Amino acid sequence: MNFFTLFDLPETLDVDKAKLSATYQVLQQLTHPDKFSTGSDQEKRIALQKNSQVNDGYSVLKAPLARAQHLLSLRGVDIKDEQHTMQDTTFLMQQMEWREELEDAQNDEDALWQFHIDVTKTIQSEYSQLTDLFDAHADINILANAVRKLTFMYKFQEQVQQHLDKFED
Amino acid sequence: MALLQIAEPGQAAAPHQRKLAVGIDLGTTNSLVASVRSGVSETLADDKGEHLLPSVVHYAKDETVVGIAAEEVAAQDPKNTIVSVKRFLGRSLADIQATWPNLPYQFVTDETQPNNIQLDVAGKIKTPVEVSSDILQVLKQRAEATLGDELTGAVITVPAYFDDAQRQSTKDAAQLAGLNVLRLLNEPTAAAIAYGLDSGQEGLIAVYDLGGGTFDISILRLHKGVFEVLATGGNSALGGDDFDHAIVDLWSQRWGLSAAANKTYYRELVTLAKATKQNLSAVDIVEQDITLGTDTYDASLSKVDFDFAVQPLVQKTIKACRRSLKDADVSADEVLAVVMVGGSTRVPLVRAKVSEFFGRPALTSIDPDKVVAIGAATQADILAGNKPDADMLLLDVLPLSLGLETMGGLVEKVIGRNTTIPVAKAQEFTTFKDGQTAMMVHVLQGERELVEDCRSLAKFTLTGIPPMAAGAAHIRVTFQVDADGLLSVTAMEKSSGVQAEIQVKPSFGLAEEQIASMLKASMTNAKDDMQQRMLKEQQVEAARVLEALNSALQESGAKLLSEDELKTLRDTMQTLDDAAQGSDTQAIKDAIKLVDNASQDFATRRMDFSIQQALAGKTVDTI
Repeated sequence: MNFFTLFDLPETLDVDKAKLSATYQVLQQLTHPDKFSTGSDQEKRIALQKNSQVNDGYSVLKAPLARAQHLLSLRGVDIKDEQHTMQDTTFLMQQMEWREELEDAQNDEDALWQFHIDVTKTIQSEYSQLTDLFDAHADINILANAVRKLTFMYKFQEQVQQHLDKFED
Repeated sequence: MALLQIAEPGQAAAPHQRKLAVGIDLGTTNSLVASVRSGVSETLADDKGEHLLPSVVHYAKDETVVGIAAEEVAAQDPKNTIVSVKRFLGRSLADIQATWPNLPYQFVTDETQPNNIQLDVAGKIKTPVEVSSDILQVLKQRAEATLGDELTGAVITVPAYFDDAQRQSTKDAAQLAGLNVLRLLNEPTAAAIAYGLDSGQEGLIAVYDLGGGTFDISILRLHKGVFEVLATGGNSALGGDDFDHAIVDLWSQRWGLSAAANKTYYRELVTLAKATKQNLSAVDIVEQDITLGTDTYDASLSKVDFDFAVQPLVQKTIKACRRSLKDADVSADEVLAVVMVGGSTRVPLVRAKVSEFFGRPALTSIDPDKVVAIGAATQADILAGNKPDADMLLLDVLPLSLGLETMGGLVEKVIGRNTTIPVAKAQEFTTFKDGQTAMMVHVLQGERELVEDCRSLAKFTLTGIPPMAAGAAHIRVTFQVDADGLLSVTAMEKSSGVQAEIQVKPSFGLAEEQIASMLKASMTNAKDDMQQRMLKEQQVEAARVLEALNSALQESGAKLLSEDELKTLRDTMQTLDDAAQGSDTQAIKDAIKLVDNASQDFATRRMDFSIQQALAGKTVDTI
């Protein structure tokens, strides 16, 4: 299922958020099971399936990482359930460094916040590079590695966030 | 003078006649039924003018009493008077006995399903589903008597935080009571409907719903008739009843009451505690005595002591509010209104803490007891087909993550909490051994990582997998959650296209066969002939299928179907039409299936076409 097609959006990494949201509302009005409550069992079933696709599509297109992974899968590489080890040694070393730094900083709220800011900045720059790569129709392997990098960055950001959450209660 | 045509009751011949639909709030403490009449959604009263029906059921040898009359004998006959049965739905016997050791009921172990709760009442064995059904039946009768005809259907509300087992049990209870369930609706969403339509409020609202046995917090966005739930949280085992228990514990400690006495006088103590809690909403101290057996105790209580006793419970709810705001990715000050639902929100401490958390006074002007039923009735009216041009759309979410048991007793999440429903997710599996033709999937609900910390939902056994070498089979298991929040599982072996057979063994509640046999038993007792009923159902469905298809063909048949496809389809429709005129129920069923298969592609094309049209014709500034 090509969610960009479903939502009538061009297949680019950056999406028009307003258009996505507006289209979502239209699709809901057309496919929500409640609109078929007096219909036949078949109509209800088809609406259920279509509406599920709409909900899935919306959640994927809304989230930058999921959107990137979806776009990559449309180009032929599905990395979601990958157990792939990356070949990019520089990046692997960076990952290890970051992980160690996080270990050390886990009880230092200020250090964690700084980490959070740094990781967010890195994500933004990786994302913007990825947008250019997709637009330039870069080699699939380059695209795949860039998405893998982004995936790791988001996972790492989650971990930083989890440590920060501990200070909240 | 012209003769007036008076239709026979229940014969709904005219397809555009108003359908009678109701909203039912099946509450822990009180239940209500509401309906939309002359454009206004209102609760229905019994013949004494009472709108609230206490969710209390008393069983005697020859009769079942529900409501106020049952409440009145609760203290005299606690064993046979079931109070707050909602707390038992979809739960295990072990759970219940661990949480409430002093219940006065007689539990009977179900040998075949030791998890199941069974009660011995007046010599009869009743399950929580059946007890709930007895309550629903009274509401059904009340509605039919007031509205003057048979009901088309009902929207039944459930706590947003109810899991799959609790929801399914609620649906089972409704079906057993003879109700056609149009939708299971989350209570906070129902309240949001009543509040939203009444106030015209747009933007972010929070619904804080503290009932007798359950707590829900929902964050919704209201915009142009669309009610979108952003996040929902809560605790399906926390409610006003627990406030009552806290008071009982306080007294028990104060008087040094023995364990035996606690058990014997459970019902009296809880009843007084509840009344005391309610009184403390208005006064600062209640001075009273209670006589238990031959002893009299000082059961006075000050608001200060009460607040201290329940503070931990209230704090739990505030924590859940904090988490839901986070899940919704909004801050407290972005919330424009906080709607209080449920009788327990009358407690001053609750109001104070909620208002403090959200930084604005919580809204208490809407009747917290009726608002859920009123919202449910509004949706029921639309789902029954009485308002084809209604704008209102409810986008709700899954409250608890769905996961699968994997190696090592871990749970792998398949669908995350707060995902908008309906939703479907597929997961691929393969076989372990050569020639393996079956596999078992254990589905759980919850946020934790270990199987033992999550709620076991059901075990799905897939059979009929074509025998292949180990690891060669690609079984695609699809988890579908519908708009009621209920899970169904289908599985297909990809290389062969073979659809696997699924047997479901629910971990809690009744298995499909049990419910089916209960339904059958209840029908043979009913006045209508079951055969007649089933025939009528098929004829109605046949008419529905044909009407829908005829209008669809008129609209886009020529555009979307080839000549051959059209002919094939029309032939099957003729077969169905002929069968529907007759009285062979199975023949009608088969013909419907025939038409379904022949029209499946057409239906999918129509759906895709209408989407295409809508998106192409849409300009940037619509919506």
